[in-house]
Amino acid sequence: MAEIPLHHALLLAGGLFALGLIGVMVRRNLIFMLLSLELLLNGGGLALIAAGARWGDPSGQAMFIFVLALAAAEVAVALALVLQLQRRTGDVDVDRLGEMRD
Amino acid sequence: MLTWLPLIPGLPLAGSAIIAIFYRALGRGGVQLVGVASVGLAALLALAVGQAFAAYPQAEVVQGLWTWMAADGLEVRMQLHLDALAMTMVAVVTGVGLLIHLYAAEYMGQDEGIARFFAYMNLFVAAMLILVLAGDLLLLYLGWEGVGLCSFLLIGFWYREPANADAARKAFIMTRLGDAAMAVGLLLLFTELGTLEIQGLLAAARASWAEGGPLATAAAFLLLAGAVGKSAQLPLQTWLPDAMAGPTPVSALIHAATMVTAGVYLIARLHGLFELAPAAQTAVAVLGAVTLLLAAGSALFQRDIKRVLAYSTMSQIGYMFLGLGVGAWSAAIFHLTSHAFFKALLFLSAGAVILGLQGEHDIHRMGGLRRAMPVTFVAFLIGATSLASVPLVTAGFYSKEAILAQAWTGASGIPWLWLAGLLGALMTAVYSFRVVFLVFFGEGRSQTGPGPGWRMATPMAVLALLSLAGALLRPDLTEVLGTGQGRHATGPAVAASVLSLLGILAAYWLFLRRRDTVNRLAAAPGAGLAASGWGFDRLYARLIVAPFVALARLNRHDVIDRPYLGIAWLTRQLHRDLSLTQTGQLRWYAASVAAGAVVVAAIALRLWA
Repeated sequence: MAEIPLHHALLLAGGLFALGLIGVMVRRNLIFMLLSLELLLNGGGLALIAAGARWGDPSGQAMFIFVLALAAAEVAVALALVLQLQRRTGDVDVDRLGEMRD
Repeated sequence: MLTWLPLIPGLPLAGSAIIAIFYRALGRGGVQLVGVASVGLAALLALAVGQAFAAYPQAEVVQGLWTWMAADGLEVRMQLHLDALAMTMVAVVTGVGLLIHLYAAEYMGQDEGIARFFAYMNLFVAAMLILVLAGDLLLLYLGWEGVGLCSFLLIGFWYREPANADAARKAFIMTRLGDAAMAVGLLLLFTELGTLEIQGLLAAARASWAEGGPLATAAAFLLLAGAVGKSAQLPLQTWLPDAMAGPTPVSALIHAATMVTAGVYLIARLHGLFELAPAAQTAVAVLGAVTLLLAAGSALFQRDIKRVLAYSTMSQIGYMFLGLGVGAWSAAIFHLTSHAFFKALLFLSAGAVILGLQGEHDIHRMGGLRRAMPVTFVAFLIGATSLASVPLVTAGFYSKEAILAQAWTGASGIPWLWLAGLLGALMTAVYSFRVVFLVFFGEGRSQTGPGPGWRMATPMAVLALLSLAGALLRPDLTEVLGTGQGRHATGPAVAASVLSLLGILAAYWLFLRRRDTVNRLAAAPGAGLAASGWGFDRLYARLIVAPFVALARLNRHDVIDRPYLGIAWLTRQLHRDLSLTQTGQLRWYAASVAAGAVVVAAIALRLWA
């Protein structure tokens, strides 16, 4: 099997990360923001795995497992918040959440 | 009986508290009763204690009550110390104080603030008694400050008049200058000698300080500053004439029994310290001599009957300082007692005159009152003869003679101090009989009101008797103050007597026979200066008050506060700016976090690359 060069894997990871970041920053729908966050995390995770494969070190994969666990926990909390937001405002628009500003 | 000693200051203190708390329930009559009775009981008790003390084998009684405060190395005990000097002062304060209170019960009978008046008066007497009975300098200082506080309250008793409030403040601030110096003196004594207990302190000073040493001199001078402030001597004398703003019984109390005699008492009490500091002692004598001459000069030109008496007090206290300065300790205290008698008498009869004339103070608008007010006339005349020290028949003669004799013959006596005293005696006779002739002789010029009732007449009668025969009560202070250095000398005594009589003749000639000469003299350029107390008020206004006011105006907005206010302003401004970033927009926060991360990463790369 031909090796995928690290370079390519990192480019892909960077692309995923950038897509996720842009998504978080521009979307107003909270669900899409969460999806973008997943993309962002996966971008980071891909970089870890690629680097681990490049150096033949399993800790890259171990770290990815942690990232997955983190993502799962984050989604669990975030979905509960989304549900609350939907119940209170009848909407999932984050820009409506500004009550605690100064 | 001696164990009842604490009740002497305690009774007036309790009286003051009772009046202050229960004045509504007591009513006008009850307030008068409590006010007079508390001092009266204290006077009776003082009499009994005096009897017991005379039979007591030791020269002093020390009664510790409780420890006031104890700190590292400092233990101040509430401790009363009774010896012949303190006993004399207690007798004067309670006795004269009682007479003045009785007089005030009638004089102030219709005043709406009578409860306040008697509460302050009782407190005044209590503070003075604490002062004279204190066995510890800090306790003495407590009484000292209490006296200052009460004088402030009573001088400004009719506080609705702004001039009275000003006079009260002036008295408070001027004496405060002296008090501050005295506090420094006490601190110096404590740090050097390790105690403030008077007898122990004097013993320690004698043991560890050489005569004329710098520390002894410094301490004596600082205490002298306190005495000068309280006793209205040069250069802190200007408050006393203005203190006439208070009711007349207050003036009598301040001048005769309490307050101004405190400085004389302090120096006599600490005479052991002053003997170690000959320079300070000479200063006492010189200040006394200069004050007695300047004040007597001012008294000659006053139009207000009470101001004449105020300047005469300064002048007579000057005699006491002169006596203290030349080492005539017991003569000075003797003069203090006879001065208390005749000055209280003069003030009380002046008050009767003022009351009779419905508040008239100007002696040039009085005249011929000897027929309208015979009792007051006799009382004032006796007071004036005692003040002028008419020979042989008055108490003032014997006490002033004792001072002048020691100024003449004493070891540290300097002839020109004696001459100053002699000149002062002449001026005293002239100004005291000037008042007598202007007020009671000549043609009648003003209507009179009712004469004094029994409560005013009785104190005047008793004091008149004491002013004449008070010399028989001369206290024996040799055990406390030593024998003094002077001997009786006939020549100087005759000279002073002749001058005193000459002064009365001169007053007669000037103020009854040749009024035109006086009027020409009063128009002379120096007269205005003398009448205004030699311009000290204007000098101090120029030298001290004006710069202070200018500084206050300059610093109206608190220059010192500026940097701190600036810090507060900067913090608030930063807060306002930063709180703009808290928009409540989640996406904005996310973008900020991302941008921040980029910046941090860039910095990290730059640092580690």
